[in-house]
Amino acid sequence: MRDLVIIGGGPAGMSAAIAAYENGVKDILILERDESLGGILQQCIHNGFGLHKFGEELTGPEYAWKYEAKVRELGIECKLNTMVLDVSEDKVVTATNSEDGIFQIQAKAVILAMGCRERSKGALNIAGSRPAGIYSAGTAQKFVNMKGYLPGKNVVILGSGDIGLIMARRMTLEGAKVHAVCELMPYSGGLARNIEQCLNDFNIPLKLSHTIVKIHGKQRVEGVTIAKVDENRRPIKETEEYIACDTILFSVGLIPENELSKSANVELSGITSGAVVDQDRQTSVEGIFSCGNVLHVHDLVDYVSEEAEIAGKAAVEYINGNKDESVSIPVKTDGKIRYTVPQIITKKKDVSVYFRVSNIYKNVTVKVTDGENVLLSKKRVKVAPGEMESVTLKKEMLENAKELYFSLEEK
Amino acid sequence: MERKLTCIICPLGCELTVQVEDKKVLDIKGNTCPRGKVYAESECINPQRTITSTVRCNDGGLVAVKTDKPIPKDKMTECMAVINKAVATLPVSIGDVIVEDVFGSNIVATQNRK
Repeated sequence: MRDLVIIGGGPAGMSAAIAAYENGVKDILILERDESLGGILQQCIHNGFGLHKFGEELTGPEYAWKYEAKVRELGIECKLNTMVLDVSEDKVVTATNSEDGIFQIQAKAVILAMGCRERSKGALNIAGSRPAGIYSAGTAQKFVNMKGYLPGKNVVILGSGDIGLIMARRMTLEGAKVHAVCELMPYSGGLARNIEQCLNDFNIPLKLSHTIVKIHGKQRVEGVTIAKVDENRRPIKETEEYIACDTILFSVGLIPENELSKSANVELSGITSGAVVDQDRQTSVEGIFSCGNVLHVHDLVDYVSEEAEIAGKAAVEYINGNKDESVSIPVKTDGKIRYTVPQIITKKKDVSVYFRVSNIYKNVTVKVTDGENVLLSKKRVKVAPGEMESVTLKKEMLENAKELYFSLEEK
Repeated sequence: MERKLTCIICPLGCELTVQVEDKKVLDIKGNTCPRGKVYAESECINPQRTITSTVRCNDGGLVAVKTDKPIPKDKMTECMAVINKAVATLPVSIGDVIVEDVFGSNIVATQNRK
């Protein structure tokens, strides 16, 4: 029997563990499948992490070390190289590693912090055979930054999310030529600063509303045919263009990795692909919490750490048998706002609600209503799908609330 | 002359409009914090970037590194050449200087390796 089992030793898992420890639960076990803590941050050697949380610009490994050092200092137990096979609804965790074999732990509370994985080329329906030279951007990142291999010399990148942009710069600095970054949407999903410092600095063209329609080459990638897409995202034949290259990187989205959540019967959202949670990041299964990229994909690790602290603290309250009065206020959205986290409010207290929009909107008002009542109204100069937004609802606003509705009003 | 910049200091990515004449900044608009102003001035007069990369270790593995200060933007390629020639002797801790004084900055480790 354990008080708290945390699945995943990345930024979310470590931050949740520290928060739980500091709030009084010391019997914690972190299960991590990799050989070290830190998760994906270990391969994100670029800087830009931690500005929000620590007020300084850190690289991924430096950010991870701040948490790992704390986990070690507090003496929180971690099992590395350990794969969790199953989590049951009654919080029995089944895991395996080469020292302990297959083992089971009954936990009082479980925090799911497994992170996300990349959408693969297979999900995209692109014509051509299966030559060598096709990588997800994250795989290429691991090769370059952790193994010291350069996957290719002439590169085309599909997808302008942050990982794709970061890899465009990284491959260029290591001597590769990045011919283009193609983006299906009319806007980039990445941060403006990354377009500036990763593409513009190196004169790498960003081709918006473009996609790869064909991959050429049988043994090795020899080139791609790209084309502009119309407003329905269908390629326009006349705009086809051939680019010779030996490598293609796909940076086409991240998907929360929720196989274990499913095995525990946790209700998932069709929009985020993560769990449906309340303000404490508690899932539909009592005592099972979810935080970080397994819950919804974040753009900044700083927010992952913050979210994990919420889950860590809440797990402690759950273990200690918190008896606060509970309510059930669903949070709905209008579609322009694609989703919120949390999706349900179960306790009347100050709640920060995070959300993402479905398109780029300028000069809009974010409105939170409860039936006829406008609870909150905030102006935003610009909102974009790539940038997570948040508003804070005060306890008083929730006093008589039945159902919250998040909408975006354009002028 | 008017220059449009995207601030790269933080994830907000403010759009800056800068009036520059003869390498002098006359006016900056669009920044939402003082650091944006400093960035705009530096970007117009002496653009600088922090470089992050990896250095080979004496066991054949890699350690992640960065320049501990931004270096002139037009020296990025030369800086990479220095980084790619360097060899780090293990063990290495975060903050250890791997190469001294590269365009006014030190190349320091950003990872611990035994």
